[in-house]
This record gives sequence, C-alpha cells and structure tokens, in this order.
Amino acid sequence: MMFDVNKIRAEFPILHQQVYDHPLAYLDNAATTQKPQCVIDALRRYYEQENANIHRGVHYLSEKATAKYETAREKVRAFINAGSEREIIFVRGATEAINLVASSWGRVNVKAGDEILITELEHHSNIVPWQLLCEQTGSKLVVAPINEQGEVIPGEFERLLSPRTRLAAISHLSNALGTINPVKKMIELAHQAGAKVLLDGAQAAAHLNVDMQALDVDFYAISAHKMYGPTGIGALYAKEEILESMPPYQGGGDMISMVTFEKTHYNVLPYRFEAGTPNIAGVIGFGQAIDWLASVNVESIAAHEHALLDYATQQATAFPGLRLIGTAADRASILSFTLESVHPHDLGTILDREGVAIRAGHHCAMPVMEHFGVPATARASFAAYNTVEEVDALFAALKKAQDMFA
Amino acid sequence: MFDLKDLYMQVIVDHNKSPRNFHAMPDATNKAEGFNPLCGDKLTLYIKLDDKKMIQDVSFEGSGCAISTASASLMTEQLKGKTMAEAELIFSRFHDMVTSDPTAPANTEGLDKLAALGGVREFPSRIKCATLCWHTLNAALAGDKSATTE
Repeated sequence: MMFDVNKIRAEFPILHQQVYDHPLAYLDNAATTQKPQCVIDALRRYYEQENANIHRGVHYLSEKATAKYETAREKVRAFINAGSEREIIFVRGATEAINLVASSWGRVNVKAGDEILITELEHHSNIVPWQLLCEQTGSKLVVAPINEQGEVIPGEFERLLSPRTRLAAISHLSNALGTINPVKKMIELAHQAGAKVLLDGAQAAAHLNVDMQALDVDFYAISAHKMYGPTGIGALYAKEEILESMPPYQGGGDMISMVTFEKTHYNVLPYRFEAGTPNIAGVIGFGQAIDWLASVNVESIAAHEHALLDYATQQATAFPGLRLIGTAADRASILSFTLESVHPHDLGTILDREGVAIRAGHHCAMPVMEHFGVPATARASFAAYNTVEEVDALFAALKKAQDMFA
Repeated sequence: MFDLKDLYMQVIVDHNKSPRNFHAMPDATNKAEGFNPLCGDKLTLYIKLDDKKMIQDVSFEGSGCAISTASASLMTEQLKGKTMAEAELIFSRFHDMVTSDPTAPANTEGLDKLAALGGVREFPSRIKCATLCWHTLNAALAGDKSATTE
C-alpha cells in the first residue's frame, strides 16, 4: 500500500483546525501523538456499548469487555513480537513499567554493592526509579557517557559493564536527541557480562520496528499515547521466566487466585501484575491504535518521518544561528535545536502564535541539557501525519522569531 | 486576539539584548538564587542594602528567556534607591498586574517602565518567567538563599 499522508491526515480530526488563524502544524509528537478517528471511536464504543468489569463477570457485557481486553493484549504481543501473551503486563505507561521492574525485580535481585548501568541520554523516568532502588539497596548507579553527537560512547558502555552490573537500563530512542541506540549490540554485551537489560521504548515503539525475540531483551516499556493511542495506558514486556520469579508489584483484586487471612495464592501471569480494575477502555483503545499502526505499517511511517527529518535537518543546517543538539548518525523523528539570540521558551511562544506546536524545555532529560551546556532546547518531532509544508511553516516561524529579536 | 507584540514590546526586546545591571556584586549584603524548574531559567540576584534598609545597588546574573531576562533587568532599574517596604509594594502591584484578567485594562499605577510586562497576563504559561526575579528578590530580602517558581 502506498503511503498517502493526506489520507492519513484525514483520519485525525484534531489536525483540521486553525490555531491563532494559522493551520495547526502539530510538531510535538515526542510528547504525545494525536489519535486517529478509529481510536476515538473505540473508546466511545466501549463506554456506549461494552462497559463492564472484566475477568469475573458472568453476564454478556462482562464477557464482551473481557474478550476485547484480552484481544488487545494479543495485539500488543504480536506488535512487539513477544513469545507469549503472559509476557505482556498492562500498566499506566512506560514510567510505571520501569517502576514495576525497579520495585519488583529490583527488590529481590539488586543488593548492596551491585550496579545499575544507565546512559547519559536517559529520560528522567529511566533515571529516577533506579536512583530510588540504589538508595533503598545500597547499590550504585553507573552512567555511560555520550559524545558530542549525542551517541553513547560504545567503548565506554562496554567498559562500564562489570560482574557487579545487575541491569542495564537503556533508552531505545532518545526523546531529547532522537538518537537510536545500537540496542541489539548493547543487549549482547550486557548479557555477556551477566546483566539483564531493560529498554525504555516509550519513544521508539511508534517509529522503529520493535521485536522482542529478535532483540532478546529482558524488559521493554511502552506508552500507548506516544503510539496514537490513549493516555494513561501502556505495557511492560518481560520474559516469562523472569516474571515467574518476580514478587507481585501491587496487591489487590484480580492478581490473586485465593485469599484467606492466613495465606494468599497469587494469580498466574500476566494477571499477577495487574491488581485492581485496570484501564479497560484505555487497553481497548491501545489495541485499536496498534491495529491502526500495523495497517499503515511502521516501516512506511518510519520512511516518511525519515524523509521529513532529512528535509528539516537540511533546512536547519542552512539556517543562520541555529545549533542542532543531537547529530547522531542513527537518528529518528526528532529535531532538537537552539537558536542564537532567541531562547527556546520564547521560540515556543512565538511559534505557537504561528500555529506551530513544538516543545521547549529540558524534555525531562536535564543531564542531556547539561552535557550540551544549554538550559533547554526547542524540539520539533514528527509523526505519520506531518508534511513538508509543516516543516516549511516551522522554519518560516523561526525566521519570524529571529527577526523579532534582531 | 492578543498579539505577540503585546508580549515582546520593544523595551523587552531591548532589555533582553542588553540587560542592565547584569553583573556579579562581590560586596552584596543580600544574595539569592532563583530557579524555574519548568524551563530551566536561573538567576542570581545581588542586593546592597544600606544601614537604613534602602536598596543602594542591585544587580543580577543568569540565563533565561527574554521575558525573564528583561523582567530582571527592568526590576533592577526600578529598585535602586527604594526602601525594602517600597520594593515590596512594587512587587505586589507588579504581581497583581501580571496575574489580572487580560480582558480588562491593566492597572499599571506606580509601575513605570515595568508596565511593559503587562502583556504577560495574556500568556498564562509565561507569567512565571516574569515573576521569577521578584520571587528571588523576596528571598534575598528575607535572607533566604534560594527561590523557585514552583
């Protein structure tokens, strides 16, 4: 099927509006993507026709809701090519997925003197849970540095792996710089050193082909809202044998098979890690978003975004006073930059009035900002529905901002 | 509709480009750091009070957006020769102006050049940029070492 951006745009009702008398150019997709009509319809249909609690109901609606919820799990499994549905845990998002691993797996596997290896380009959500774990266990957080292009220095990552490394927690695709980490190689190296690997896939899942079995990764965290799905829902992938060995994360309904005051028997996977009534509508919307992504095809989307990124990078390189932050050889969907004489925060406001939505700030990656010696960057990030015209609108607005401050 | 020119008035652009009183002050009597964790704006405010608690000299250093830089620059110009009580009154009037209803005319009484920042009230996400230096001033006068906008 041919990739037709106009056909894709037609599926996103939110894009067809004027912002301050300009057509909206939504370039803040790394923060959250917009939702296609089919996802909005799935949420609406659930509440209009299918709403019931899942797993224990004997009535028609409950059986229907349960079937849809579990079908969505199978869709997530297939999308990331996990070996089994038992390896897919629904959580609030990538942040909760990482926290689940830190508190459940970390509590029993990380001891004083052990090390957790992360990289310098991590999002705060792949730093802070490990800092908390280190404080609680007396283990040590080790950080693999990045170079001036914003790539993890390969020799350094390898050098910092040691027999004490219990886990390497790595971003698959950097939200602040767009760097794609060579995760396959990093996973091999970590496994050779005897460490498990968690990939933060929040940014990657809608832009890269993500294959659990090919990567042989131990944990993978994703968020639906960055994949054209609803907010407040995501998934943790974890290898079945690891999940089997992990203590429950939260206690409550659905995660048990039998409760007495003397002893509670926990439920089987994946339910053991899903305490309480989950975000059923969100899961069903997530499943629909995955259907949408799969039907458009992630590789086609990636090719389209790559063309936009190349075009934008060319414009950026020729733009006087513009400094690209993050120039890794392998990059996807993100253009992070600063402009001489205009602070990113002012750029954000000025571009907004031109209908161009970008992000200005530290992108929840303050150590990355520190590395590049900037307090903040402006970030344009692309998705399936963005166009060359929107990139032109971005640079026209940048020119206007620059003139305003001249 | 609000215009960008209401926010980036010529005086703001000018004070951003060439901030006044933009230097350290080794013999300051009061000093505080201001930080806006949302956008990373940082400034250090220096004040020299005389024995009658009058602001003899005031200066700042740091990095921030045009609104935060111009606001700090204009503030330092306005505060020289004022007593602590007068400075507090100006802050309270300034605060009222930037947080007032943008559809009603702004009350700029006693604010002089600071009135240029009145446009900020039309941009809710930018109000903290304009008030960071003032929160830092409060901290410095109260003898605190730091202030944040959160």
